[in-house]
Amino acid sequence: MISRRDFLQASVAATALYGASGAGNWARIAAQQALTQDQLLQFDTFGNVTLIHITDIHAQMRPVWFREPEVNLGVGAANGLPPHVTGHDFLNLFNLRPGTPEAYALTYQDFSALARTYGRMGGLDRVATVLAAIRADRPDALLLDGGDTWHGSLTAHRTAGQDVVNVMNALAPDAMTSHWEFTFGLARVSEIVDSLAFPFLGANIFDAEWDEPAYDPFKMFERGGAKIAVIGQAFPYLPIANPKWMFPGLSFGVREDRMAEVVAEVRAAGADLVVLLSHNGFDVDRKLAAQVPGIDVILTGHTHDALPEPVQVGKTMLIASGSNGKFVTRLDLDVQGGQVRGFRHKLIPIFADVISPDPEIAALIEAERAPFRDELEEVLGTTDSLLYRRGNFNGTWDDLICNALIDEREADIALSPGFRWGPSLLPGDPITREDLFNATSMSYPQAYRTEMTGKMLHTVLEDVADNLFHPDPYYQQGGDMVRVGGMGYRIDVSRPQGRRITDMTLLKTGEALDPAKSYVVAGWASVNEGTEGPPIWEVVENHIRRQGTVRVDPNKSVQVTGA
Amino acid sequence: MTFTRRQAIATGTGFAVALALPLPARAALEDTIAEFTAGAAVGEGGITLTAPEIAENGNTVPVEVDAPGAVAVMLLASGNPSPDVCTFSFGSLAGAQRASTRIRLAGTQDVIAIAKMGDGSFTRTQSTVKVTIGGCGG
Repeated sequence: MISRRDFLQASVAATALYGASGAGNWARIAAQQALTQDQLLQFDTFGNVTLIHITDIHAQMRPVWFREPEVNLGVGAANGLPPHVTGHDFLNLFNLRPGTPEAYALTYQDFSALARTYGRMGGLDRVATVLAAIRADRPDALLLDGGDTWHGSLTAHRTAGQDVVNVMNALAPDAMTSHWEFTFGLARVSEIVDSLAFPFLGANIFDAEWDEPAYDPFKMFERGGAKIAVIGQAFPYLPIANPKWMFPGLSFGVREDRMAEVVAEVRAAGADLVVLLSHNGFDVDRKLAAQVPGIDVILTGHTHDALPEPVQVGKTMLIASGSNGKFVTRLDLDVQGGQVRGFRHKLIPIFADVISPDPEIAALIEAERAPFRDELEEVLGTTDSLLYRRGNFNGTWDDLICNALIDEREADIALSPGFRWGPSLLPGDPITREDLFNATSMSYPQAYRTEMTGKMLHTVLEDVADNLFHPDPYYQQGGDMVRVGGMGYRIDVSRPQGRRITDMTLLKTGEALDPAKSYVVAGWASVNEGTEGPPIWEVVENHIRRQGTVRVDPNKSVQVTGA
Repeated sequence: MTFTRRQAIATGTGFAVALALPLPARAALEDTIAEFTAGAAVGEGGITLTAPEIAENGNTVPVEVDAPGAVAVMLLASGNPSPDVCTFSFGSLAGAQRASTRIRLAGTQDVIAIAKMGDGSFTRTQSTVKVTIGGCGG
């Protein structure tokens, strides 16, 4: 159970450690001596098949800070199971020590201090170096991209994903699946897909009118004498969680029966190894693995979890490779006669100061950035606080966005969607326009201003909470909990929909929300067509410029029980 | 932020949500089922209902029923103002006792299918379809 006290203690501990350790290049130099590229890439090639998994890059082609979640609650059967384990519990579960590079990469504790010690992570030029090393061992390794690749940066927004497509093409994936890709609109997706040298898979994407498959469900590969079926599964709830008017005529869904049919089809066609390249989210994949027999490996995505070991469900292995280019998974398998006889797995952390960038890919990334460089690098202000988003409830990035919405739009209450994308910034970092776009870039950015009754706000919070905390993962629809500014509430995640959210309080007066009264609510990223307002990045930029230096106090207005 | 107990109780009451169906709707549902089954016992199994877990559009939710050996299948939307959606009848020459349609759902609710089998027995199944107000996909 997480109490308000735990929240407070955690934030206090992190602050204290940051204050004590300070910054210093000596620490990073020490880290570089302790960590070497050879060590990170070390792998005894095994079996006859190699899979390489990367997912949820969110257009982050250069190294980033990315703080893993502090609060990531599992409900129902997933309670207490990975990936719903954070902080010390995570370290204990996987036998890792605090303060190590692994602890920095995989958990949230002492993030700012460890970030200064170990440096940024990711960068597709570093990923390219890792790919080259793996391909030197195993030239026919399969590179599989789990989607949420083309979206999430200023350059991706301005080029409708073309910058990422160009760089990814140079990395030569063998297949991909999708989610945010569709927010560029169906016409744009079709245009890019037609240009790709590899398949864009989605067994669960259907033509809504005729109820027929709309994309290739799988692709067969022959590697190391084994036939490998890679089945793709796009994010099941695209038309609900994202604006469906942007991709009219398409229907998604988990479609468990369809998955069982496709697995049977590829087995009948002689597949020795069945791999599901999935954007379901970890808990949905865990259930799917238990319900649909015959899948050997699920490469999970969407929920941004990074796990140093596979999770086994029956005979199915679930792999979680993180997000934002922080990690690449290498999975070597011994596949003989339609069976997996053994495997070797490594979640490779992409420490940007340790792994040298591939010069060709680095030049390509720079070329994509060049037309936008001035705009990207313009400093809007500075942050005194660690800015991060990831976690089930309010993070500091969204607290800043909510503060901006309340101030700039003169609202009582602000709502910011519970996205999982958006890298972090350390205390003292300048905030560039690139950083702001990394946290807000999207094709439906309008910052709306509207009135809602207390009753309506309660319905909204209950609806979103059920999409996250429904005990059956097939009924979990999307992101983390909507982040709220100007209002506090209490949530018991163990209760059913309609009864989780209580004690909604207007912070500026300390009064309980009146169900019958109307409040001015500002928010962004509405899925409704025709939403009006300035783009969210303009609202937040104005706020940051006005503040000069932004400071986000620890948020104590959400109280969580029942976990 | 501080709460007095009185405030907490007041907000709790104000936001209490009735989860159970309103009584008239439940009665209508039971009456409709009783009319179809003529009061006979209803078993389980032998009928499959395929519906999305979460509706992409509550105004047109695709559902399919498959009940080999059925002569009729009744489809009910338990939470709609009028729960009786339709009844499919299958003649003796029907190659399969399967039908699909699209229905409108007023909100999150159980969709129920009841089959009358060739031997006069009844069997039922149900599936919860969530209708959300949409939101924020991570």
